[in-house]
Amino acid sequence: MSTERITLAHGAGGESMRRLIRELFREAFGSPELQPLADAALLELDSRQAAFTTDSYTVKPIFFPGGNIGKLCIAGTVNDLSVMGARPVCLSFSCIIEEGLPLAVLEQIVQSAAEEARGAGVSIVTGDTKVVARGECDEIFITTSGIGVRPFGKGLSTDGIKAGDAILINGFIGDHGISVLAARGNLSMQVKAESDCAPLNGLIESILTESAGVKWMRDATRGGLAAVLSELAEDTPCGIMIDESSVPVRESVQAVCELLGFDPLHIANEGKVVMVVENAEAEKILTVMKRDPLGAHAVCIGEVTEDSTGIVRLKTPVGTVRRLHRPAGELLPRIC
Amino acid sequence: MNVFDQWRNAAVAKPLAESIRSIAGERPIRIMEVCGGHTAAIYRFALQRMLPGTIQFLHGPGCPVCVTGTDFIDRAIAIARAEKTTVASFGDLIRVPGSTLSLAEARAAGSSVEVFYSAMDALEWAVHHPDRTVVFLAIGFETTACTIAAALSEAVRRQVKNFRILSAMKTMPGALHALLSDSRTNVDALILPGHVCSVIGSQPFEFIAHELRIPCVVSGFEPLDILESVRMLSCQLVEHRCEVEIQYRRAVKPSGNVAAQQIMEQMFEPVDMTWRGLGSIPASGLGVRREYSAWDAASLAGKTAPSKEPPGCRCGDVLRGSIRPEECSLFRKACTPDRPRGACMVSSEGACAAVYQFAGAEDEH
Ligand code: SF4
Repeated sequence: MSTERITLAHGAGGESMRRLIRELFREAFGSPELQPLADAALLELDSRQAAFTTDSYTVKPIFFPGGNIGKLCIAGTVNDLSVMGARPVCLSFSCIIEEGLPLAVLEQIVQSAAEEARGAGVSIVTGDTKVVARGECDEIFITTSGIGVRPFGKGLSTDGIKAGDAILINGFIGDHGISVLAARGNLSMQVKAESDCAPLNGLIESILTESAGVKWMRDATRGGLAAVLSELAEDTPCGIMIDESSVPVRESVQAVCELLGFDPLHIANEGKVVMVVENAEAEKILTVMKRDPLGAHAVCIGEVTEDSTGIVRLKTPVGTVRRLHRPAGELLPRIC
Repeated sequence: MNVFDQWRNAAVAKPLAESIRSIAGERPIRIMEVCGGHTAAIYRFALQRMLPGTIQFLHGPGCPVCVTGTDFIDRAIAIARAEKTTVASFGDLIRVPGSTLSLAEARAAGSSVEVFYSAMDALEWAVHHPDRTVVFLAIGFETTACTIAAALSEAVRRQVKNFRILSAMKTMPGALHALLSDSRTNVDALILPGHVCSVIGSQPFEFIAHELRIPCVVSGFEPLDILESVRMLSCQLVEHRCEVEIQYRRAVKPSGNVAAQQIMEQMFEPVDMTWRGLGSIPASGLGVRREYSAWDAASLAGKTAPSKEPPGCRCGDVLRGSIRPEECSLFRKACTPDRPRGACMVSSEGACAAVYQFAGAEDEH
């Protein structure tokens, strides 16, 4: 029996969490659907292609510029389904509430969740409520699960990725993490940042409908863009080259990062999808993205390369090339 | 176009690197930087790759988390065990391994440890938790020390009696004197810490150029700042000059920031300080002045068992610039930022963490 205890690093999306998931959960549960450790499990239900996912939300504070835990828990689960190429259909909504939470606050959270679900075209069809004594949880924790159908079939996997494919993102990175951090009020500085929290199913569905060029995608949540790209590089027989100057970062977000020693590439997003697309289709897909307000700042940030297999390289703004690793260590707890 | 682009511009960086190449020629130059911000920037922008292999960066004792000794962590953990006591810390410090635990592990085991971005925030927290004794772990160089002095002065003014300071604050000039006069240190030129100099000015470092005959440049933290500083240092070496020049003119004056110096002097006094890797250096630290001893946590810290350094960790050698992080046998194996064995792997400004995070195997000589 190990004497080790769980520390915040185990939930930070870095190496410790990966180890926990791989060595404890995946080992113990063992089901083949869990093996890929993707954002959602791909299932065949009665010969229909489906996707199933679940996520818990513990963001602190529960209200932040650009959203609140209610909006976040819908957008996050919708996005986990969407990036697997699924059309989200219905969601569950379970909450653990701390005794003493003002009812008005709960109402506001639930209204946001309802509004967000309506906007995304999904229904909330089941749920659960538990109340615990003061101090036994922090205001409210929410878990949502979701089911989606897959009208676009399999298609999306790292298998078809080859050198020359373009890597796209639908806009500015780091907004969510920095806005939540600023909302905690312990930064002693004024920060103009709003969370990018938004359901991306509409954007993703238009792209998949108009182009067959999308090969793979992920939403860049905890661990940021760097974590998604590292995962991609490890799963393909190719390398990844990113041009740091082309990655969109708002000046306010960059400024906070510089001051606190964070890399914007490591900061969480809640409305950003990273896509690997066939080079010839890249322009067209960018045009489709830009038509949607959630993709107004979409750009190509890099490409898949033949050399340097399994690793992500980054061209710095001064023209040098270095490796980009996934973030390690405890970054920002309770960011989503 | 973003405000940072002007300092991170390949069109300027390339010719600058070329001019360094032509000034320095084949001459081997060992440049030490003594601020973690510089270490991080050198790796983050892979500056070594623009420069001839004969120019080498050595990383000195410039990361405040790294130079904090194991005994300080042990004392903080002992304090956190006391009834109704909360230890308030900067984020990175809580992950530094102590003799048996880190503060993060102590927190997981039930001690009260809170993380803050500034001493002022910790003071406000203390005001809102009058039933607890809040002990702020004061680490850092002059840059941070002046903000901690401001918080302490505020605590005194408002008579916040449940707020105390446990100091491991350090001052750079004395430590550099000890390090650079040690015959084992082999450094040709020095990049001086821009933030520290914005507070105390460049004058307190003049002795390095005049007595120790080592050229110095106070540098900013953007890649173009650092390249420009390397060019200035190369010129001094080639021209046999030893001066303290200021590259970081937009932030640093020779006399520094007088108001910041005054508040530090009001609240703190010089004390002997233990540096990880350098040992105890006379008058190289700042302690709470005797008249404010009611706010000093030094008396709270009972005796702890003698501290043990993590077996195999070579942070001391790394901090003196005598080995590179990759030369530690635990590097990237038993020691990673996720499970750091030593202090230099914790903060993003630590040399081991910077090499881990930004360098690939191809940069690790
Ligand atoms: S790699 Fe780890 S153990 Fe080795 S010197 Fe660096 S911090 Fe210490």
